[in-house]
Amino acid sequence: MAEVLVLVDHVDGTVRKTTAELLTIARRIGEPSAVFIGDGFDTAKEALARYGAEKVYRTASPEVTEHLVAPQAELLAQLVERTSPAAVLVPSSLEGKEIAARLAVKTQSGLITDAVDVQAGEGGGIATTQSVFAGSYTVSATVTKGTPIITVKPNSAAPEEVSGAAADEEVDFTPSDAAKGARITSSQPKQATGRPELTEAAIVVSGGRGTAGDFSKVEDFADSLGAAVGASRAAVDAGWYPHTSQVGQTGKQVSPQLYVACGISGAIQHRAGMQTSKTIVAVNKDNEAPIFELVDFGVVGDLFAVLPQATDAITSSKG
Amino acid sequence: MNIVVCVKYVPDAQAERTFSESDKTTDREHVDGLLSELDEYAVEEALKIVEAGDGEVTVLTVGPDGAADAIKKALQMGAHKGVHVNDDAIHGSDAVGTSTILAAAIEKIGAESSVDLVMTGMASTDGTMGVVPAMLAERLGLPAVTFASELTVEGDTATIRRDNDASTQTITATLPALVSVTDQINEPRYPSFKGIMAAKKKPVQQWSLADIGVDAGDVGLDAAWTKVEAFAARPPRSQGQIVSDEGDGGQKLAAFLGEHKFV
Repeated sequence: MAEVLVLVDHVDGTVRKTTAELLTIARRIGEPSAVFIGDGFDTAKEALARYGAEKVYRTASPEVTEHLVAPQAELLAQLVERTSPAAVLVPSSLEGKEIAARLAVKTQSGLITDAVDVQAGEGGGIATTQSVFAGSYTVSATVTKGTPIITVKPNSAAPEEVSGAAADEEVDFTPSDAAKGARITSSQPKQATGRPELTEAAIVVSGGRGTAGDFSKVEDFADSLGAAVGASRAAVDAGWYPHTSQVGQTGKQVSPQLYVACGISGAIQHRAGMQTSKTIVAVNKDNEAPIFELVDFGVVGDLFAVLPQATDAITSSKG
Repeated sequence: MNIVVCVKYVPDAQAERTFSESDKTTDREHVDGLLSELDEYAVEEALKIVEAGDGEVTVLTVGPDGAADAIKKALQMGAHKGVHVNDDAIHGSDAVGTSTILAAAIEKIGAESSVDLVMTGMASTDGTMGVVPAMLAERLGLPAVTFASELTVEGDTATIRRDNDASTQTITATLPALVSVTDQINEPRYPSFKGIMAAKKKPVQQWSLADIGVDAGDVGLDAAWTKVEAFAARPPRSQGQIVSDEGDGGQKLAAFLGEHKFV
């Protein structure tokens, strides 16, 4: 069975849930081989094995990690050349898409981004599903040239545990000078909030203009559900919440099991970032807010009254 | 400082966007088009750089006749000249094909006067892939500093700040380089009356694929490296349950979440 290369998304060896999802998807179409770049492999190895990685190609070369994505694309291109994989799966993060883009050009291969499903296609190919035009259309597509390179959105598969050998091999690799043109000169880790990461969270609670800058009730409600907190562009532009929490076309694209929009009208740009959520709930004073067209459940009311009451009810139900 | 800003003419996101039945490409005929909103930030940033020093902003687009509107808007904002690559054979190009065309056009622009910076928006508002900037950098052999929320150009060094999932990064590259920008970087200006009048006199070159030395067989729908097999409108959501808060809205919300096992 052909290998499927999975680029591992991790922070110092702590493997993100998206990688478990990608390894799960990889098993549908071949034999999963992880590609681990950076420090912390000893930590990562167990998780990669648990989700079925048979092999792990790894490098901790600073020449790769200190530079922006181009060396990673070169490394993957070298592995594609060597292993002729059935596909390369990359997380649909900002870096992931950029690596995939360069890899597609380097290997003369078709690229599909933001897949929400990947399956073995009829006749041996690979069939992907994407959600486009702010979630209003579903598209099935295939790659017709080269090695399918696919970036996959978080929450596109339920991670399945299956034991893999995770036999590791250090890759001998030196990036070209051309690939070292963009250098990362500083990197400040995001301040930990204790809440789940936005794009990975099963539940996301977002606040918008209706918060008038006070996110405390949104945060309390989110914490009662163990949810991540997001924000609309209006709230971010007003300086009420950090840009890294923005949900929408120009922010994070989220696809959780439950999305709760609080004081968010539901402009098309916001819908583009959350419309594929499985269940959608809104709280808004304006009964004509477009967000109500999308919801499974909506409360027309003031979030400062509704959210604390719901928070109390949820907290007390947990006893 | 010569800056080329790549812009895209896209169907208006406020309208009902769809695909053309015949070849499964984006339907551009039945929806009004406009300059992709995210490209306005790149135009604005390029103008600011040139205004702080010297040089020229050339706005480049690839697309059908209507795409001239995207160039016009950028010229009205203050860009100095435009280049429009327009050829029937381009229809249906994927990101790979589009990056081939843009790269060839930029090389032709650079043959006349060297290009120091190539700028783009972070993604188009129609395809939203966000991969053309990296593909373009790859083809041109340029370093790419992408998703910039801040940009400074000093001497021959571009420095950007950007946020990713885990961190805030500072990234530097030596010019010539490619920079893609997010909507956090600035507030694009509206064209002034003076700008609108001045734009009418600004030069816009029309180039075919032959003019930029791209083989028509290498781009367009038939040469695309990906294929849309099918598309379907998302089934309309069944009408959700909407309640008015009469003092018990929070209870009802909690009850809904309980019934659906979110609590």
